[in-house]
Parts: sequence; C-alpha cells; structure tokens
Amino acid sequence: MCGYLGIDVGSVSTNIVLLDEDERVCDSLYIRTQGQPINAVQKGLEYIRERIPEGMKIEGVGTTGSGRHLAGIIVGADSVKNEITSHAIAASSLVPGVQTVLEIGGQDSKIIILRNGVVADFAMNTVCAAGTGSFLDQQAARLNIPIEEFGDIALKAGNPVRIAGRCSVFAESDMIHKQQMGHNLPDILAGLCDALVRNYLNNVGKGKEILEPVIFQGGVAANIGIKQAFEKALGVEVIIPEHYDVMGAVGAAILARDAVRKTGTTSFRGFEVAEEMFEAASFECKDCPNLCEVIEIRDRKNILARWNDKCGKWSNAIAEKKKIS
Amino acid sequence: MKVTFPHMGNMYICLKAVLTSLGVEVVVPPMPSKKTLTLGTQHSPEFACLPLKINMGNFIEAYEMGADTILMAGGVGPCRFGYYAQVQREILEDMGLKMKMVVLEPPQKHISELLIKIREVTGSSSWIDVVRAIRFGWHKARAVDEVEDVLHRIRPREYEPGRADVVYKKALKWIDDAHDRNELKDAISKARQELDAIPVDNGREVVRIGIVGEIYVMLEPFVNLEVEKQLGRLGVEVERSIYLSEWINDHLFMGLLKIKGSKEARKHAPPYVNHFVGGHGQETIGSTVLFANRNYDGVIQVQPFTCMPEIVAESIIPTVSRDLGIPTFCLIVDEHSGDAGVLTRLEAFVDLLARKKEKNTVKNTVLQSSEKKGEQVCADI
Repeated sequence: MCGYLGIDVGSVSTNIVLLDEDERVCDSLYIRTQGQPINAVQKGLEYIRERIPEGMKIEGVGTTGSGRHLAGIIVGADSVKNEITSHAIAASSLVPGVQTVLEIGGQDSKIIILRNGVVADFAMNTVCAAGTGSFLDQQAARLNIPIEEFGDIALKAGNPVRIAGRCSVFAESDMIHKQQMGHNLPDILAGLCDALVRNYLNNVGKGKEILEPVIFQGGVAANIGIKQAFEKALGVEVIIPEHYDVMGAVGAAILARDAVRKTGTTSFRGFEVAEEMFEAASFECKDCPNLCEVIEIRDRKNILARWNDKCGKWSNAIAEKKKIS
Repeated sequence: MKVTFPHMGNMYICLKAVLTSLGVEVVVPPMPSKKTLTLGTQHSPEFACLPLKINMGNFIEAYEMGADTILMAGGVGPCRFGYYAQVQREILEDMGLKMKMVVLEPPQKHISELLIKIREVTGSSSWIDVVRAIRFGWHKARAVDEVEDVLHRIRPREYEPGRADVVYKKALKWIDDAHDRNELKDAISKARQELDAIPVDNGREVVRIGIVGEIYVMLEPFVNLEVEKQLGRLGVEVERSIYLSEWINDHLFMGLLKIKGSKEARKHAPPYVNHFVGGHGQETIGSTVLFANRNYDGVIQVQPFTCMPEIVAESIIPTVSRDLGIPTFCLIVDEHSGDAGVLTRLEAFVDLLARKKEKNTVKNTVLQSSEKKGEQVCADI
C-alpha cells in the first residue's frame, strides 16, 4: 500500500495530511507555525511517522502554502505548488462537481470559481486583512471570548447589529460604539460575521458568478456563524467539507501523486529529516544597491538552497554546482 | 550642462544615443534599485503613484552623480502624470537641489514643438544634426525591441532557464555601446546570433499571455517585479501591448511613422470604452480585445496602485473577459518588494490557463478524430 504526504505551510498553521491510493485522508495534523516553519514541518513529520498504518510506504510528498519552497527543500518534495491550485484540486476531488470555493484562512482569503472541474477564475485578497481569520481572532480577543465559541454565540443573535466591515480599524471603533450603546454580545458577534462576509463578497468575490454547489473551507469554516452569514448573503446552501481545515495539504498530496506518476520515483528524503539539523540564515548582498536579503538553508554539511536574490547570482551558484557534480 | 532623465525600461539606451551624438554630456541614473525606491518615497507625496516616486529617486541619484538638467516627459488628459514634471521640479527646489527641468510635452499641432524643446538641451546643433540624432536613437529603440521580442520567445522554451537573460543583458550593452549605424548593425547581428545559439525546445506547448496596462509599469521591470521574466520561467510566452519604439512614435512623433501603435488598440476599445479616459485606459481595453482575437490564452493587466485610468479599465475588463472568453488577471504594484505573493498569484493564473488549454486540446483532438469517422461525439469540456 502506498501513501502520499501533503504539507501546507501557512503563516498561521502548518498542516500535514496522509492520503492513501484512493484519495482517502488517513490522517491529518494541524500545528501552529509560530514563525518557525522548519521546526513545524519537522515536528509534524515526527508525529505522522508514528501513526502511519502498517505496511504503508510513502511514495510521494508535495508542499504548498507560503512556506512551500522552504518545506519543499527540507523534505525533498515531488511537487511544490501554490495554494490556489492546491485548494482547487482538493475541493474538486473531495466534492465532485463543486463550482465555487470560498476559502478563508488566517491571513488570506480567496475565491475559486470552477467550471467542469477546472479553475475558471480566482481572486485573492490584496492589501487588506479585514476579510480574514486574523480579523475575527483580534475582535474575539478584544471581547474576551475564545475563538472556538465565537460561532455558537453568534447563532443566538436575535437582531444582528450593523458593523462597518471595510476596514478592521473602522470595525473596531464601530463595535466599541455598539457595545457602549448596550447591544448584547450575540448580536455584536453576528454583526461581525455579517461584516466579514460583506467585506469578503465585495472585495474578493467582486464580480464573480457564485453558482452551487458552494463549499466553504479554510480555518474560518470552523465558525458556524460565518457559514450562516454566507448562506444568508448568498441565498444558497454552503457546504463545509469534512477536512475543511487541511484542504491545501490534501491538494498538495494529490499533486504529489500525479507528479510521481509522471516521473516514476519520489525525491522524498525520508522521515529522518525530522531529526536532522537545518539552519536557515540570511545575509545582505552588498554587490549592488538592491541590497538583497539572501536566504540560505543548510544541513550539517551542505548548503541546500539559496534564494531571494534579484539577479540570481547566489541561487544560480548552487544550481551550477549541482550540474557539475 | 550634464543632462539626465528618468528611467523607463530600456529607454535610456535610446535617449543616451540621441543626446551623446549631439555632443551633450549625459548622466544615466543608476538602474532603479531599492535605494532609488527609498530615496523616491522619502521625498514624494505619499498618495502619488509609484512612477513619480521612482522618477524622484532617479533624479536624486543622478544629481549625486553631477547632473544639472533633467529631460522629463509631460502629458495631457486626466492622468496625473502630466503634472508630475512640475511637482518634481518643486520638490527638487525644496530639497535645495539645483536642477533645470526641461519638459517634453507631446506635440499638440506640429512635431516642430518637440524639436524646439529638444534644442533647449542641445544648444547650437543644426537642425539636420538634431534630426539625424533622433533617427539614430529611434533605430536603437527598434533594435532593443527586436532583441526583446526574441527573448520573449526563447525564455519559455530554453533548456537551461536563465541563459537567454544572460545574452539579453549582453545584447543591450552592445546596442548601448554602438556609436554609429554600422556598429549598431553589427551589434544586432551579433545579438541575433548568440540568441539563436541558445538550445530551445520548439515542440514545447507554451501558454501565451498578453500584457496590457499602464505604460511605465509595463516597460520598467524593477517596478513590475520582473513579471515578464517570472512568467517566462513558468513557461509562458509573453507579448506586451506596447513596445518602446511604438510608444516613442505615438507620443513624441505624433504617430507619423507607419508602425503598429496604439491607434489600432484604441480602434478596438468600443463598445466597451467609447472615448478617452486618460492615460492608457482605452488602450488597455482595446489591447485585451486584440489579444483575445489573436487567440491568446490570457491577459494580465499591470497598473500602479491608485492609477485612475487603469482602475476604469480594470472595472471594464471582466465584461471583455466574459464576452470574448479570455481569462484576465490584474496585477497592482506599489512600494512592496516582497514578490512571493505576486508569484503565488501568477503561478495560479498560469496553472488555470495551462489546464484550460490542455482540456481544449484534448477536446479538439477528440472532435477531429470523431469527425474523421463521421460519428457524433459529446465532448466533455
């Protein structure tokens, strides 16, 4: 039996998924990245290693998320793909026939429009984080309620208040005002949910044709209040898939399987990487006024990769060495 | 007098040729870098668009190198750029940098308006010399465009990514160094030879993307985060809606030369945009239509943050996209230098186009083979 690993290294969380041959999720894991992507990946691998079903061999590994390049080098990934493609692949394979994917994560939010199983259009939030999970996180912290209870409390609202959702600064002052006026907590939370959904649809979902089936994934999909706000605003049923919080990793695993089928072998470096020492360092190249902050990843002996240089002098130096050896 | 000018892609090659062949001493500012951006943003109004800030950086860096006169383009219509030369002059004055600003406004009635302005810088040269110098600069612009055109074709097809870019950089240097028409001809043929020698895979199926949008952002790679190079690495053949020589012809020669230009693009803008909306808004729409008609796989619009004409175009592009079935994507640039987010979006857009293309090819082959057999087939799109 063979299995495929998908690793999604995001700004807030690192998710790892173990997929079997039939695209079934055998195991999934959600850990906080806490600004240390290498550590998070290693911790995750160690954990998964203990729980692999007997007789399963890892035949491929794929990475995605904003830390995909870093993670890809550490584990020896067969595919390194952006999160939009990964999310779309996962959605269309776990929910066949899906036409719209709403995805809200910690620091980004996106909408993916699929037609006949292929991405037809997408959009991602640009400069503003008002329509993302961190906005809710912040306001929940302000109101002193755990984020896990946010949704359930919001459902109790009888008369949601209106809160400006365009900007988190405006939203906060609006919310304080409503609190001082004496509105109750459920109404304010429901108002926040409405505000986030309004902002999302106006900003990310602008001009997109939202057709059923609509699925909602990403960490924020755990918040039942947001799901309800979406259903109210769109007037359609919103489905939350079983593995809504690790969809990016599922997509990465599927992409890894496809990549391995093409090449025939995996470049996975094995679970030993969980114990290896990796060191990430950066230095400022002073050869021109661009002053690039070059990042360098090394294990005990070798430099594995360098990137972030505009001219390619440092990143190419490694590629060339590989060619010679 | 030491003359300088702002950078806009490879325009320095052409301007330097014109001025030096008239015996004017030229200071080419350093290529835009993080330092340029830092200097520029420090001394510019916060709400201005990125071109003004990079220009300011160029001027300050050129001043440090001894320049005392600036040759700057003007403009007309609802785009703020037309006013930038005046704003920049005042900022430089406030900073205490003594520099003379010569503004080349697009000629309204006759090309002589331009020549008179140019003579402000060139002094006593005869009219014949001035015209000859401009022609030489023009030929350099054409040479640069030709090399770039080949580069765009090779990038997605080369076996060793990055080789074409190395040759391209050398070729620009040869063109820049040519002193007369003969040397320029040699430089072009040498560049062509070296580019042709790069091993390429001509059988490779590449995605083709047209780039439209605001002219400065389109032409200046530092500002657009090297979108063409990034796309090339992702296996995409790009074509810009406008090249340097076309812009020169349109804006400074009043379109007198008979080459492809923005007139064609403007003609195709209706019924989406029926009149001038400032800047290149109308051309952006028209060029999108043209790329769609030429069966391009997708279009990317680039614009500086807060660009009014391009915002107008941005809100119209989805209609064009729906009507003509061409996927589009909008890239807005500002001071940010982290290109990870941009790359993620570009990659996803290219994936979208590649998969769409793959499906269409499969469908077409299925249809073709069934046509031969005379069967009816229901292709799954």
